[in-house]
Amino acid sequence: MDRLPRWADLTLVPLVSLLFAAVISALVLLVIGQSPVEAFKVMVDGALGSPYGWGYTLYYATSFIFTGLAVTVAFHAGLFNIGGEGQAQLGGLGVALVCLSLPWPHWTVALIAATAGAALFGAAWAAIPAYLQAKRGSHIVITTIMFNYIAAALLVYMLVDVLKPVGQADPASARFPVGAQLPALNDIPGFNLIFERPVPANVTLLIALAMAVVVWALLWRTRLGYQIRAFGKSEAAAKYAGINPVRITIIAMLISGGLAGMMSINNVMGEAERLLQNSSEGAGFIGIAVALMGRNHPFGVVLAALLFGFLYQGGAELGLWTSIPIEMRIVVQGLVILFTGALDMMVRMILERAFGLVRSAKAMRAA
Amino acid sequence: MAAAADTLGRQETAAPFAIELKGISKAFGPVQANKDINIAVPKGTIHGIIGENGAGKSTLMSILYGFYKADSGQIFISGNLTPIPDSQSAIRAGIGMVFQHFKLVQNFTVLENIVLGAEDGALLNTSLGKARRVLKELAQEYGLDVDPDTLVEDLSVGHQQRVEILKALYRQADILILDEPTGVLTPDEADHLFRILKGLKDQGKTVILITHKLREIMEATDNVSVMRRGTMVATVKTAETSPEQLAELMVGRKVLLEVEKTPAVPGKVVLSVENLHVRDEHGVERLKGISLEIRAGEILGIAGVAGNGQSDLLAALGGMTNASGKITLNGVDLPLSGAGSDGQSRREAGIAHVPEDRHHHGLILDFTAWENVAFGYHNDPKYQKSALFMDNDALRADTEKKMTAYDVRPPIPTLEAKNFSGGNQQKIVVAREVEQNPDLLLIGQPTRGVDIGAIEFIHKQIVALRDAGKAILLVSVELDEIMSLSDRIAVMFDGQIMGMRDPETTDERELGMLMAGMNGKNTGEAA
Repeated sequence: MDRLPRWADLTLVPLVSLLFAAVISALVLLVIGQSPVEAFKVMVDGALGSPYGWGYTLYYATSFIFTGLAVTVAFHAGLFNIGGEGQAQLGGLGVALVCLSLPWPHWTVALIAATAGAALFGAAWAAIPAYLQAKRGSHIVITTIMFNYIAAALLVYMLVDVLKPVGQADPASARFPVGAQLPALNDIPGFNLIFERPVPANVTLLIALAMAVVVWALLWRTRLGYQIRAFGKSEAAAKYAGINPVRITIIAMLISGGLAGMMSINNVMGEAERLLQNSSEGAGFIGIAVALMGRNHPFGVVLAALLFGFLYQGGAELGLWTSIPIEMRIVVQGLVILFTGALDMMVRMILERAFGLVRSAKAMRAA
Repeated sequence: MAAAADTLGRQETAAPFAIELKGISKAFGPVQANKDINIAVPKGTIHGIIGENGAGKSTLMSILYGFYKADSGQIFISGNLTPIPDSQSAIRAGIGMVFQHFKLVQNFTVLENIVLGAEDGALLNTSLGKARRVLKELAQEYGLDVDPDTLVEDLSVGHQQRVEILKALYRQADILILDEPTGVLTPDEADHLFRILKGLKDQGKTVILITHKLREIMEATDNVSVMRRGTMVATVKTAETSPEQLAELMVGRKVLLEVEKTPAVPGKVVLSVENLHVRDEHGVERLKGISLEIRAGEILGIAGVAGNGQSDLLAALGGMTNASGKITLNGVDLPLSGAGSDGQSRREAGIAHVPEDRHHHGLILDFTAWENVAFGYHNDPKYQKSALFMDNDALRADTEKKMTAYDVRPPIPTLEAKNFSGGNQQKIVVAREVEQNPDLLLIGQPTRGVDIGAIEFIHKQIVALRDAGKAILLVSVELDEIMSLSDRIAVMFDGQIMGMRDPETTDERELGMLMAGMNGKNTGEAA
């Protein structure tokens, strides 16, 4: 009953949730006969201990910021977009088509065009489920999940039958022209003082951070954002206010799909420099966890994306340097999602009780 | 308090009170919902508890029914100290509760609903057989006739309430608590309910009636306790008090119970509705050809039992549902479906709308007060900074001004709507709509769940808008409100207007007959 102070709600709840996830992860490690302390050390060292490690952590975080923002925008419209994965893959297709279409003179021009292509393809892939939800009442969760499978199949077809250069064995597009290759952080003046070795994190990180600000401004400063949030809170009330549900559903999903698609400039253009099969590697799904943990606030999403970037990179290090199976990182991620998302209320209840006790103790002393 | 309680018609000094609460306190965070409450309810009486919204009535009853645990204090049932940690203990102690919103399974029969949660064993048939027998006895004893095999969804609201009462009696309740029981009833059904309660009293049951309607307290109770801001301010014999005194005790100051207004000076026709039809999503016809006119400077009141098409009329005029027929505002046709028939177009045309259900339509409870003040008017040029951005600062300033003018407490624009009391929430909605200075104001249930002080204020605003030469369509299930505010009264029944009456020359009896579908022409439809 007693409500938490705002600062505790925003900081303490996620931190305590993480602590729970860490404790259970440690127990799992003990059960399989590994040292949790050692594992934690490897993860922190590998992901955060050096600029090189940060280069990977930030690379993953960049993708997660985009997909987390995608889920956030849809969530504020009361829509649960599970289709980030498929939208990201289509975004990758958009990036590849743009990058391969012209001999780009400079990466800046290519980046603008590729970003537009990624957003457009991602948005288009979200448009069909959005239309079906708005006009036909087909549930967006079901249709977006189905569209993930269709996207995967479509990408296989495109890579095998359309984009694969003649004579190449693996299903992938040709390498992008030099003019369409993005500078990594170690190539950017200023950043290269920190990142001396080549890292996958690239200029897309800055776009991701800028998008977080844009999404924040969109949701809380614009008329469109106001209508999205109003519609998401109460469809009945939105109707009373004359907010068009069809229009808002479709616009919110287009923005959401566009953001998910934009993650592909990070991995496809910034890192692989060609389109591979399953290029998004599940980042679309991680975006759901990131948005949940970031409380569907763009700034929370950035922080949560960093955490998941750390888990991704740290988990990979575990697989490299220890005999702990790499699947352990999926266990840890699962536990983080479980505690920060599904068991959020449980953690909050525990904290509310604790705060209540503190308060009544104070009141007693005062009396 | 104990000495005062002794004067409340306790016949024998030996007979303990049915319920005695001593020193009950309950706080929610910084809010003290109940503060040192003492109350003693003599056996075999009807005891009213009256107070404004947020006075702590519901909290107190929730403590008594085991939903909340009191921070301190004791509960005595029939003289025995009885802790009530959960509702099962309350039922065991003989307390039955009839909630404002019924807790019935719509597609179960009456019998199944009564047995639900009180099954005697794994097999349903034995319980149902027993319940059928008990139900027959109860029906004879208290005159509570309900067909046990009807589906609850097919029952009228009044009958559903009887099922709730039967549920409590089936669980052998000696003490029956009714929370705002008449909100959904016609005057006739309410009378019937009070007859049932008197019957229960005569059989030795104790009834606690929670309400904010003074008339019901005067009509039905033996004693009445008044709550204000979490404290029990007085307990008096009903026969020795008056509505004016109770209102003053509730609010803490003198209250005007009658609306002061001068005769209307109707001008030109503002709204004209011709042959309006509305079908709901199931294809059921909810409005069956409504025609009416409202002139500038007059209040047309729509009386009727909830669910007879008033909501659909408001929805159609407010642009929330498609309709067919013809409506004109100041001589201009308004589309009833397709483009230009949504809420935005209606607002642009000069129609403001205070919806019946402020929680589902009028407000977004998770939004702040200032965000709610923009609700529906978010496209208004005065709230825009540029083509893209809204002017949140201007909105907050505007909200603060409106909150001060309408005495919304606390006047903090950044507070979320859910943190205001019902009366203050409604003031926010009324401020938003009235301050748009519309040509036509649609206002549904303006004072539902609103405390007396705020009712007085909202009524004044409605009359002031009328006096400023605006047209007002008032829908309310409160007959008193319709009678005192309206310049003309239309009574709706089953999607039709049964008749137009002049409030000066009609009375509640006549309106009640029309509300039940009876007039000179057809008497066969009496429910």
